Amino acid sequence: MSSTLGSSIGKKLLMSLSGLFLIMFLVVHLTVNSFLLIPDGGEFFNAGAHFMATTPAIRLIEPLLAIGFLVHILWGVKLTIENRRARGNARYASGKKTTGVTWASQNMLVLGITVGAFLVLHIAQFWVKMKLTGDPLLDHTTISIGGVETEVENAYALVNTTFSYLWIVVVYVIGAIGLAIHLSHGFWSAFQTIGFSNEIWRKRLTVLGNIFAWLMGLGFSLIAVLQYFFYQG
Amino acid sequence: MENTINIKLKVWRQAGPKAKGRFETFELKNISTDSSFLEMLDILNEQLINKGEEPVAFDHDCREGICGMCSLYINGRPHGPDDDVTTCQLHMRKFKDGQTITIEPWRSAGFPVIKDLIVDRGAFDKIIAAGGYVSVNTGGVPDANALPIPKPNADEAMDAASCIGCGACVAACKNGSAMLFVSAKVSQLALLPQGKVEGARRAKNMVAKMDELGFGNCTNTGACEVECPKGISLANIARLNREFLSAKAQD
Repeated sequence: MSSTLGSSIGKKLLMSLSGLFLIMFLVVHLTVNSFLLIPDGGEFFNAGAHFMATTPAIRLIEPLLAIGFLVHILWGVKLTIENRRARGNARYASGKKTTGVTWASQNMLVLGITVGAFLVLHIAQFWVKMKLTGDPLLDHTTISIGGVETEVENAYALVNTTFSYLWIVVVYVIGAIGLAIHLSHGFWSAFQTIGFSNEIWRKRLTVLGNIFAWLMGLGFSLIAVLQYFFYQG
Repeated sequence: MENTINIKLKVWRQAGPKAKGRFETFELKNISTDSSFLEMLDILNEQLINKGEEPVAFDHDCREGICGMCSLYINGRPHGPDDDVTTCQLHMRKFKDGQTITIEPWRSAGFPVIKDLIVDRGAFDKIIAAGGYVSVNTGGVPDANALPIPKPNADEAMDAASCIGCGACVAACKNGSAMLFVSAKVSQLALLPQGKVEGARRAKNMVAKMDELGFGNCTNTGACEVECPKGISLANIARLNREFLSAKAQD
């Protein structure tokens, strides 16, 4: 097993599987975020956040998610360092004029760092407040879940207030676009690495990957922007 | 009517593997646009020899695009500005009168420079020796129709087999990865019944050798496929990943 994961393809397999796992997380995250757009004063979103915070299965997955992020980041850096060494120090004086290679595919680390930097801010603004320090905005509110009156944290108030600052919305949009470009290569590349690709599927996966990438990127951006413009006060 | 051009060459000169290299500039007049790139270099070397100077060292052999010996990174691209041809089949009509042409060796840690434009591509031979073959006990040649092979498989195997091992994929790769080469050499056998017998061992040994020799990890940028003079497809890399991972899963 160690020789498998230590090999070049094995290391890439870890990048691929952790990437696909994070992609699934993004889908769940965007789904819950989309509740922010329901104009009910955040009741449905609070119910969603309550479900995510209390369901045992999801609480079990949370550490797994942290591991997924860590593996993806650590191996991404490790592979980049190895690849720079394999490339050698000499550079081409006449540059690189190869056409048809996407910018994203050659800048995955830079894009990853962009998303990672955003992630630090994002975790500090929400996860830390919800899980560790608490925040006055999170004061309990009572909502009706399936007709049952339930007391939950007012996650909506925290999100809504956070998105009332223009600079935060701008940073979120930059992070989301960085994510979209990262995914525009990462999605199909993950399938290629596990061997699920050929002449036909490469085209399908590239198209699918681009649609997925921009659905994620624009979805997250749009929710933040709409919150800033139309859901304040 | 024959057209001729005058060109300026910026050529990488390096006396030996450890020596410090530098660019040297040459001017060539009245080069026929019908001549090949290597013929142009022959003309340059003839002039250098006549002047009593050291000729430029470069690799070449068959000069018909099938041996994989010629290389050269020309004006920002392996095998120069034309698509799907090797340097020996690149013609001077692809260049303009008065143009400066920069010629460099393949640059990758796996391909150290030997002299001037010649790099050591022995690593590819070592990867082949690690498993890029089928073991055949001697005997009569079997009838071609004794072992039916689906046409799509035969076609794909032939396409993979068109890899000439020139190393343009490694030269173009920002990761110094040899995956396109290794995947072609695995695919040309993996798709055929004769090659399937040793398939698992081949994939494992060739990848292990590739890693050992210090080639990088593929990130699927696709630059190799664009620059490959034989148009070897990235689909082969997906097949290599499948072959390798399923071989490891069987252990």
